Amino acid sequence: MAHAVDLIRSIEQLQEDRPDIQPGDTVNVHLRIVEGNRERIQVFQGVVIAIKGGGVNTFFTVRRIAAHGIGVERTFMLHSPRIEKIEIVRRARVRRAKLYYLRDRRGKAARLKERRFVK
Amino acid sequence: MTQIFDESGAVIPVTVIEAGPCYVTQKKVVEKDGYNAIQLGFGEISERKLTKPIAGHLKKSNTPPVRYLREFRVNDVSEYEEGQKIDVSVFEVGDRVDVVGTSKGKGFAGVMKRHGFGGGPKTHGQSDRWRAPGSVGAGSTPGRIFKGTRMAGRMGNERVTVQNLQVVLVDPEKNLLAVKGAVPGAKNGLLIIREARKQ
Repeated sequence: MAHAVDLIRSIEQLQEDRPDIQPGDTVNVHLRIVEGNRERIQVFQGVVIAIKGGGVNTFFTVRRIAAHGIGVERTFMLHSPRIEKIEIVRRARVRRAKLYYLRDRRGKAARLKERRFVK
Repeated sequence: MTQIFDESGAVIPVTVIEAGPCYVTQKKVVEKDGYNAIQLGFGEISERKLTKPIAGHLKKSNTPPVRYLREFRVNDVSEYEEGQKIDVSVFEVGDRVDVVGTSKGKGFAGVMKRHGFGGGPKTHGQSDRWRAPGSVGAGSTPGRIFKGTRMAGRMGNERVTVQNLQVVLVDPEKNLLAVKGAVPGAKNGLLIIREARKQ
């Protein structure tokens, strides 16, 4: 009898191509949207402000500023098959794991300091 | 528990169960035993760990040494052979099953946890009444507390059946079964899985 945790791990469906996203990253999330029997891709771009959970149950929150300065947040499952791919556009130096303080800031105050990275 | 994604990408919460391989260790028939059943053995262990009476019992059906023996009532015993191996492939994805287990022991639990009582008021001058059961009966008539009145006591560690769970995944190679939802008991606990009685 194998260890119970290993048995559970063995059936989890992880998506292998997911990049190692971190809080402060600006990402493009490519979503598969099914309309009737047509499928199209929608891109949601924004800053990752939180990553929660672990293993197959990892989800992350992306915040973007939509028209008229309205903040929009969406939470995605990292390993969901509905996500076609995730691109990291830029990374930033941040000092905490949850960037909820960005919600209280607008405009210039909500900027993050960019960090160089290799794509 | 864990979760898997279905074709549309929706999340299904599942419990992964190591089911089988089981061996038919004994057939019970009406003529001899008064009822029809098969006895299944599960959980292979080393021969050294068996007591002699159990070892002798298993030798009759020529099965490997097993940790657990449980009986299952069946209508027709002739479908089974002693020593026959039964594995997870008897289930198919989409089947409905009942899962029987022993719930986690909660120790001596109060009425709020054990029977879902509301407890007392938290304010308005109350002291030591937050989790109290309230009145347990009237005064000198009847002059006693009725039998079966719900009170604090031992909770959990009892047989629990969860009915009509849907089989989501069957893996005969690893002997794994995943059912939608939760099952009773602690991790690594023994479960009985049978066809759902009320489909």
